Amino acid sequence: MTKIWSIPGGVHPEENKSQSLQLPLGEISLAEELVYPLNQHIGAPATAIVEVGEQVLAGQKIAEAKGMISASIHASTSGTITAIEDRTLPHPSGMSGECIVLTPDGKDSFAKFETCENYLALDHDQLVAKIREAGITGMGGAGFPTAVKLSPRANNPIDTLIINGTECEPYITADDTLMQTQADDIIKGTQLLAHMLGNPQRVVIGIEDNKPDAIKAVTAAAAGTAIEVVSFPTKYPSGGEKQLIQILTGKEVPSGQLPASIGIVLQNVGTTVAAYEAVRFGKPLIERITTVVGEALQTQRNIKVRLGTPINHVLAEHGFLPKNASRLIMGGPMMGFALENENVPVVKATNCILAPGKKEMAPPAPAQACIRCGMCAEACPASLLPQQMYWYAQAEDYEKLEAHNIKDCIECGACSFVCPSNIPLVQHYRAAKGTMRQQAIEKEKSDRSRLRFEFRQERIAKAEAEKEAKRVTRKKAAEAAKKKIEAQKASGETPAAGNDLVANAIASAKQTQASPEEQQAKLERAVSGAEGRIEKLQQRLSETEADDQKAKLTAQIKQAEVKLQDAKTKLANFSPTANDSNATATNSNTDANDPVAAAIARAQAKMTMAPDEKLRSNLESLNKRLQKAQDKLAAAKADNADTVDALQSGVDKLKEKIATTEKELAQLPTPVAEPPAPETTDAATAAIERAKAKAAAQASMSPEDKLRNQLTAMSTRIEKAQSKLVSAKADNADTVDALQMGLDKMFAKQQTLRDELRQLNPNAPELNDANVKAESDNNSAKNEQESSETPAPVKEPDAATAAIEKAKAKAAAQASMSPEEKLRDQVASLEKRLEKAQQRLSKAEAEDDENIDAFRAGVEKTRSKLEQTRAQLEES
Amino acid sequence: MIDYLLTHPFIGALVALVSLALIFGAILGFAAVQFKVEGDPIVDQLDNLLPQTQCGQCSYPGCRPYAEAIANGDAINKCPPGGQATINAIADLLDVEAPTLDEEHGEESEVKTVAYIREDECIGCTKCIQACPMDAILGAAKQMHTVIADECTGCDLCVEPCPVDCIDMLPIETTLGDWHWQPPKLPQQQFENIIATDKQAVEDGAAA
Repeated sequence: MTKIWSIPGGVHPEENKSQSLQLPLGEISLAEELVYPLNQHIGAPATAIVEVGEQVLAGQKIAEAKGMISASIHASTSGTITAIEDRTLPHPSGMSGECIVLTPDGKDSFAKFETCENYLALDHDQLVAKIREAGITGMGGAGFPTAVKLSPRANNPIDTLIINGTECEPYITADDTLMQTQADDIIKGTQLLAHMLGNPQRVVIGIEDNKPDAIKAVTAAAAGTAIEVVSFPTKYPSGGEKQLIQILTGKEVPSGQLPASIGIVLQNVGTTVAAYEAVRFGKPLIERITTVVGEALQTQRNIKVRLGTPINHVLAEHGFLPKNASRLIMGGPMMGFALENENVPVVKATNCILAPGKKEMAPPAPAQACIRCGMCAEACPASLLPQQMYWYAQAEDYEKLEAHNIKDCIECGACSFVCPSNIPLVQHYRAAKGTMRQQAIEKEKSDRSRLRFEFRQERIAKAEAEKEAKRVTRKKAAEAAKKKIEAQKASGETPAAGNDLVANAIASAKQTQASPEEQQAKLERAVSGAEGRIEKLQQRLSETEADDQKAKLTAQIKQAEVKLQDAKTKLANFSPTANDSNATATNSNTDANDPVAAAIARAQAKMTMAPDEKLRSNLESLNKRLQKAQDKLAAAKADNADTVDALQSGVDKLKEKIATTEKELAQLPTPVAEPPAPETTDAATAAIERAKAKAAAQASMSPEDKLRNQLTAMSTRIEKAQSKLVSAKADNADTVDALQMGLDKMFAKQQTLRDELRQLNPNAPELNDANVKAESDNNSAKNEQESSETPAPVKEPDAATAAIEKAKAKAAAQASMSPEEKLRDQVASLEKRLEKAQQRLSKAEAEDDENIDAFRAGVEKTRSKLEQTRAQLEES
Repeated sequence: MIDYLLTHPFIGALVALVSLALIFGAILGFAAVQFKVEGDPIVDQLDNLLPQTQCGQCSYPGCRPYAEAIANGDAINKCPPGGQATINAIADLLDVEAPTLDEEHGEESEVKTVAYIREDECIGCTKCIQACPMDAILGAAKQMHTVIADECTGCDLCVEPCPVDCIDMLPIETTLGDWHWQPPKLPQQQFENIIATDKQAVEDGAAA
């Protein structure tokens, strides 16, 4: 006698097995349509391989297993595929799923099956392929693909094969019937499975002791083989996989692991037969034995039913009275589920269709509060703590549920069965387990989401950084280029800038030194260039049509015309004044060397002119100036310059002067219309001669006189230069710098001359005074010019010469004065000057002049000098 | 010295306590430096509890920033996708009272949704692709876009930028794969009808 172990807990519900065993295994008529859900097993749904309208034979594969854990589906009769659509599934959710709908043709013609007599000669893989091809799944209730179960991992050697003939649930007798009718097939199937699993040491068929006929039949069939047939006391849920293993081997399957991990494989008797038939006869899983039982039925029995037969057809064949039925259950009363819809098909795992009467299975009594009796814990075959789990399930405390190993709950319903408060405990666990599974899926998804999000952030940051890096490199490149350009500028132009003034001066000097021929050529070039430009512009003007562009072009043309005129007049002036300018050129060249001579030449040239000649030349020059001024005015107008007003007033003045000069000329008796050129030439030659004479005279002069002369000449030159500078400033000419420099030079020269004179004659301080005055006058002139911006050059030389004259007179007078008188005189003059300076300062203050500081400094200086002189006077 | 301390037990106790305090303070200080935990574990824990939809309904740019904000003392009830379950979990973690969801940030939806692009209407502007925090939208400029439903968290950030309004948020339908039993009514809920007359009334009502 084989040793039998016991399982903890367990219950003894009413067996109710006799009702369905009164009649032999029956068969029912063919239904009008058969429905094959593509997902009637655990794992991935199968894929339909037939099309609507296709003719199929019984046993023909209509859906192919998809993936490893899946099972193929076969037509259970011949007919036409009429639809592949969503139908209500035999599932607790009552949901719909894709189904293949077959309308039988009634011929029930089978496809040709490939039989195999010597199946034990085939190797494992071939057998597994055959079983897989036949679409065999667990027939006990869960529907796990058998082929997968028969391919345990190589690291789990199987030492025990258990064939489960327990059928512990009440009412169900399908396996009992099978064992009674097909005991030989069960043994052959068991041998096949043992062969496939590498002939385990122990092969056991376990049958509860409430099926004596089945035990007898199987034991008889197993005689002469190594297969043990073990019967053991009836107790629910002995038929559970882990429970049966424990009963037959005493081993417990570790939590969360498969039986294969302890070297055990367990198969249902129905599956064993199906596997045998599949291998031996090539018959796919197209029919099964199902118990149809319940008081709402007129006939209660076991039937061999084609898979896909709608349950309402089965019920109709058994005289189902819906009004008598409390509900309709697929599976047993403990672990089955209620069907909401009768129009669902029989599937591979349908071992029972239970239609209990109202009295037979009353609706569950309302649940009451848990009284902590602990009966559920006693009943639990998995040794869990149902009341605690109930508590935590209600509180949705899934961590605690996990800690209480809710995953090991086999959902047998023993706890609910024993609960005196009628609490549907197992429903709570199912719901909690479902929620936990859902949460695990969501958690996995959220982890994946986090990873994706983080990766995205990283990617964006990376892209941003790359962009930034590119930007920085671009910026650097730009900076480098800039620096390069600057460096080039620095090396090429900065020295030039440093020598700017010098260069300018050289350029201007060169310009002035340029020969008249060159100048003429230049002017001619300018004229021709300007003419060409005007022509071009006119051409463009005629071509363009846009108004604003036209206006622009006309303005340009005007400007060019003005320039042309300027150039022409210059050219025209050039030939008559060639000598004149030449003279001035030599003048300016010789000036530095021999200023006296130049000044004398100029003055004498003017002097030698006859009054009418003088007037005429005057008029001529005035006319020239007028023309120039008008040109400038026009140019300024064209440019819309600020200086227009100033120029206008200048032009007006010139016109006035011309008018007066003309009057004077008219008054003169001999209005000769002689060409001016020879006259000026004469005058120039005369001036040269005079200058020569003067130079000769100078040679005989004493050094002091010479210096004095030079000094006066210098003063006049300074005057002139200043007036030029002023006019240049007024015109905003480029030559301002050069002029300024020249002026500075002249001042320096004047200073050296003065020093020399002082060395020769220290008692000639009057020169200082005169110069100071001249300087201050200059200052005032400058200021006036700067504040009013009107050129006032004419007045300047007169005042200066007057001052020189005065100074000379003073010097002459002083020479005869005693030192005391001299000092007194000085004091008086200083007082006068101070007064004047103060007046000017006040005026400047009133006008808020920019040069107020200079004025103030001048006043201070004068005052200090006055005081000094007074002290000297007192001393003496 | 020892004699003095023995004769003055108060001072002796004081000296003992101070020296003990110094010793343990040094040990603690050393431990604080030596066993310093890198990062902020509470932020990681909070981030684990949040639903990772990255929807920004909490006004933070993603779940982790919100986790950081919570760690810095922000309210824990700003996550509509997580709903009350998340709030409870966070409250549990932080050991605070669980508030109800702040409606200002949105309502907890019963069903999860997933974005769906009506592909005929898509003009291929890529705006939704840029908006998707999950990179769950596939497509290219001027090419039709489509949502990778498995990766979509239903944050609906892609709906707003779509210039042709071709994105729908469809509820995720329960499939056989993710269906699970709903818990039965609690006894408290069933007590209403436990008195025979109550039950009678219901049955009468049903009959009528």
